[in-house]
Amino acid sequence: MPEPVLSVRHLKVGFPTRRGTLTAVDGVSFDIAAGEVLGVVGESGAGKSLTGAAIIGLIEPPGRILGGEIYLGGQRIDTLTAEAMRKVRGRRIGTVFQDPLTSLNPLYPIGDQIVETIRTHTPLSRAAARKRAVALLRETGVQGAEERLDGYPHEFSGGMRQRVVLALALCAEPELLIADEPTTALDVSIQAQIIALLKRLAKERGTAVLIITHDMGVIAEMADRVSVMYSGRIVEIGPVREVVLSPRHPYTRGLMGSIPPLAARVPRLTQIPGAMPRLDAIPAGCAFHPRCPQAFDRCRVERPERLAVAPSCEAACWLYAVPRVAPAEVGA
Amino acid sequence: MLAFAIRRLIEALLVMLAVALLAFVLFRYVGDPVSQMAGQDTSLEDRIRLRQELGLDDPVFVQFARFIANAVRLDFGISYQMKQPVLALLAERFPATIELALAAALLAVALGIPMGVYTGINRDSWLSKVFLTLSLIGVSLPTFLIGIILIYVFSVWLHLLPSFGRGEVVSVGAWHTGLLTASGLKALILPAITLGLFQMTLVTRLVRAEMLEVLRTDYIKFARARGLSNRAVHFGHALKNTLVPVITVIGLQLGAIIAFAIITETVFQWPGMGLMFIQAVQFADIPVMSAYLLLVAFLFVAINLIVDLVYVRIDPRIRILGRGQ
Ligand SMILES: Nc1ncnc2c1ncn2[C@@H]1O[C@H](COP(=O)(O)OP(=O)(O)OP(=O)(O)O)[C@@H](O)[C@H]1O
Ligand code: SF4
Ligand SMILES: [Mg+2]
Repeated sequence: MPEPVLSVRHLKVGFPTRRGTLTAVDGVSFDIAAGEVLGVVGESGAGKSLTGAAIIGLIEPPGRILGGEIYLGGQRIDTLTAEAMRKVRGRRIGTVFQDPLTSLNPLYPIGDQIVETIRTHTPLSRAAARKRAVALLRETGVQGAEERLDGYPHEFSGGMRQRVVLALALCAEPELLIADEPTTALDVSIQAQIIALLKRLAKERGTAVLIITHDMGVIAEMADRVSVMYSGRIVEIGPVREVVLSPRHPYTRGLMGSIPPLAARVPRLTQIPGAMPRLDAIPAGCAFHPRCPQAFDRCRVERPERLAVAPSCEAACWLYAVPRVAPAEVGA
Repeated sequence: MLAFAIRRLIEALLVMLAVALLAFVLFRYVGDPVSQMAGQDTSLEDRIRLRQELGLDDPVFVQFARFIANAVRLDFGISYQMKQPVLALLAERFPATIELALAAALLAVALGIPMGVYTGINRDSWLSKVFLTLSLIGVSLPTFLIGIILIYVFSVWLHLLPSFGRGEVVSVGAWHTGLLTASGLKALILPAITLGLFQMTLVTRLVRAEMLEVLRTDYIKFARARGLSNRAVHFGHALKNTLVPVITVIGLQLGAIIAFAIITETVFQWPGMGLMFIQAVQFADIPVMSAYLLLVAFLFVAINLIVDLVYVRIDPRIRILGRGQ
């Protein structure tokens, strides 16, 4: 197997407070291969964005990485100096955030912002960078790219702006793209276009993609694998078909609960009774046990490790520990 | 842009009209112009003739119209106290106030913006804390006290700088400037600090607050995610956005500086319009008072107008807004 583009090992992110450190991401591990798209789903506050922020080295203080390792193309990047990490951002890792309306500086024409980014990462001249910017905008489907280069962000619609943001994220041909809810802020009619564009651009370039979303439709449409996060941990990870069609973890089952066959688009994750615990009140054992319909004694005391449950599929749940518990308790 | 400018201009004219009305009321009804101009021994007939000459028997709106027409021609009447045209008196004092105000504003901006930017970027450094403590002192001390302290330290104690007056003045055309002589420059230092200190702390705090605000925005996060250098993020992206609202406030403060110069001019016996105004108040010299009122209001409104137009040039969103209307 070729070396993965991104490799995250036992990542732990937390916030020091007066009453001890709150752990928001706890022992997260995953790989993404070149050209592969990994989707990350989970309820609000599960630690999805924080995982992305840790990878690009932009966790807002006082939050910080408490442990683990992050490798990009085999090189460890979580220990790089701030300056070395800055050169990785934009150059080797592109980022797209949720809100295209606020991602661009309102006071500069979009062309200036693209040229500035290109010139930060490449030795191109201003004129050459401008040419490249036009080409990029064409590629991301911005009509009349040449004239629109001098337009200000507010002159673009939301969808167009997200195309510009995408052009910015890809302008140095990064090997990894992190997209944190790239379509959540957009009109439903435009979401599909942006996802299709994202998928095409990543496939063409062989870019590895980490896409965070609440939208199972997005996962079904573009992800190869999906990782389900709950309370700072990955509770299930595997190929999209496996995870969506035959979810193993009770939390994933709850999420997919009412999802009909993959073809039908279900825009939002379903609701599971109860709420995810707050960071300062994560229960012992399996963090999901207060809400889990299948919880048993072991779940309340011992934290489940990730176990292989199917080919290239893992779940962190005691139901799958060997020796197995009574078969009657598995499944539902 | 043009429509926007015209709308702003009309608004400015309305404000000036309101102030003119105030000045007129002051001019016409506070105190009796006739008794001010006439001596003890002026006869009753003379007084009546004077009334007619001055047009004081005409309907009020005719008088107001005449007042405005005169003001537009810069005819503010004769000072009761000095027996000279008010315009000549103002013209003589105007440069002193303007030079003082500009020096104070320059000080406030040249020190306030860098200090605000520094404390905004390096939130927790000890130097930031020093700056902020100093600015707190600057905000809380009254102007006259700052002036007196400065005089005590630098004039009385160290004998470094003069404690009053404007030093030697040279004429450049109609303008009497103190900026070209050593004594003039030395005399300017303490009053400019006194007048500018409060504004400087204001600018520092404002820039800092704006900077912190801007650094939290998504486009700054995204600029960092694009791998731009700290320098490009702070000075290319954050600073410009910070300065948009700051420019407005600084511009408006320039008007306030001119108005507040009264106190500083009094403390330092600075021969400007403010000092003249205080003296006019003591003598109930109504024409001087109302002319000063009009002039300061005019400066306020003019600065306001310029600030608005500059703002539009900097922020493209407003430019579009203006174009749309
Ligand atoms: N500055 C902070 N101090 C304390 N806790 C924080 C801070 N920033 C984030 N958190 C916590 O970290 C946890 C993970 O946040 P994160 O933004 O990664 O969630 P998310 O999965 O992206 O959720 P969403 O779907 O709402 O975007 C949350 O519980 C959040 O409350
Ligand atoms: S470990 Fe136990 S509580 Fe946790 S999901 Fe599995 S069955 Fe439920
Ligand atoms: Mg998030």
